[in-house]
Amino acid sequence: MLDHVELALQTGSVLALLGPNGAGKTTMVRILATLVRPDAGTATIAGHDLIGDPVGVKRSISLTGQYAAVDEMLTGQENLEMMGALLRLPRREARIRARALLCEFDLIDARDRRVKTYSGGMKRRLDLAVSMIKRPQLLFLDEPTTGLDPRSREQLWGTMRRLVAQGVTVLLTTQYLEEADQLADTVAVLDHGRIVASGAPEELKTELGREIVRLQFADPADYQGALERLHPASADEVLRTIDVTTGGTAGEVLAMLGRLEDAGTPAAKISTYRPTLDDVFLALTSDSHPGPKEIVR
Amino acid sequence: MTLTYALKDSQVMIARNLRRSVRDPEAFFTALMLPVILMLLFVYVFGGAMKTSGKYVDYVVPGLIVLCAGFGAGTTAVAVATDMTNGIVDRFRSMPIAGSSVLIGHVVASLARNLAATTLVIAVGLLIGWRPTGSALHWVAATAMIGLLILALSWLAAGVGLLARTPEAASSLSMVLMFLPYPSTAFVPAHTMPAALHAFAQHQPFTPIIETMRGLWMGHTSTGPRTAHEAVIAIAWCIGLLALSSAVASRLFGRRTAA
Repeated sequence: MLDHVELALQTGSVLALLGPNGAGKTTMVRILATLVRPDAGTATIAGHDLIGDPVGVKRSISLTGQYAAVDEMLTGQENLEMMGALLRLPRREARIRARALLCEFDLIDARDRRVKTYSGGMKRRLDLAVSMIKRPQLLFLDEPTTGLDPRSREQLWGTMRRLVAQGVTVLLTTQYLEEADQLADTVAVLDHGRIVASGAPEELKTELGREIVRLQFADPADYQGALERLHPASADEVLRTIDVTTGGTAGEVLAMLGRLEDAGTPAAKISTYRPTLDDVFLALTSDSHPGPKEIVR
Repeated sequence: MTLTYALKDSQVMIARNLRRSVRDPEAFFTALMLPVILMLLFVYVFGGAMKTSGKYVDYVVPGLIVLCAGFGAGTTAVAVATDMTNGIVDRFRSMPIAGSSVLIGHVVASLARNLAATTLVIAVGLLIGWRPTGSALHWVAATAMIGLLILALSWLAAGVGLLARTPEAASSLSMVLMFLPYPSTAFVPAHTMPAALHAFAQHQPFTPIIETMRGLWMGHTSTGPRTAHEAVIAIAWCIGLLALSSAVASRLFGRRTAA
């Protein structure tokens, strides 16, 4: 599943593992969180070897899974106290800590309600709070906002940013470019078990997230003429559209349209869009850049 | 040191599962109402037609205890399977706690639920005319027999719950346990059954367990052999099942993670 993945995570920083479904993100987290034994490879977490000292690793980490890893039949307060007890906090301290976290994660009014009655966003917040009952050296957030509505997602990002500001080291996995952008210092793009790109979010965005201008032509002759003059990223003969990657500036687009006009093959309509994560993955994972040959059918 | 921690972890898990048991109305109903309903059903609806030596209620109490234990095992299997589909088990596994405590929590809660059900069967039985003749010592022995049976069934149920992967599958797998008491000496003496069934009933594990209790409480078994003879076979079955299913369940738990 995973193949020669090499990652280094700085203390106090946030690394986002970005990838589509099935890329190997969860496998990676499961291995690092001691749930699954890797077939090969090594990892050191907070000075503990993953294979040689799994208990040491367990002591240093906290896992927030894809589904809220809390007990729905218990109340928020009970969940926190239970985890506190399992982490050997004295009862009194666990209760005080639970209270503080319920306040911090805006769950204090719901503390005595069963988690079953919580909204999706509240469950995830409780999940995060549970992970913080004893401050971990490394916090795994495995797709923390998958399945949440945009509002709850926004809220959770706020909560996570506050954790990050406290200096918690985080390994985040996500399918959302925006989420990685919001939270991470470093982004690693994982696809088919391999890291296909990594860097600061800004770097990746300029590298991968360029504007695409889609030009549509009124008749096939214009389309063919323009195709010879442009460097298309992709093209569609049936729809008579040509996609061109640009830096996104108005001047660049204006100049391109001018050239087409002068050549007598003007564009009839234009639209611009930013590549989606899917486009980024396509670009990163295809062996050669898609040339007109394979795109023009 | 490690053992102390394992005990503390188990204690937390037991408390968790007991809380869950009380808060799950369905499981609570199954555990506490079923014994009463079954007792009344067997004694008053079927009992009149049953030909056993003495009053039917004097015959049927051990059988009902075993039947309820079978239902209780079903509840436990579903509870374990449900837990395993939940992310919380992954969290437990990623924590520095004794892994065995998760299953021990389920098993002990199961033991508590089933002992409560058994107590209810006995109480209702006494209320409607069950008159055991055994001494206090016999009662202690019978209680030990029940405890051992429930412990073995609880571990078996934990194994079934882990094997099943989904609560629905766990529920159907444990149907076997709910129906196995019928072709035994639980409700009618084995010699009233057709030959093939008679042989099965005499040799299946629930029969010696039931006969042990029956012998201890009423002074005689329904099968003929002495109580001590049945007790040896019963204890062997229970300990064998306990050893096997606790080993298998622990192994399965080590391998399973939430879906």
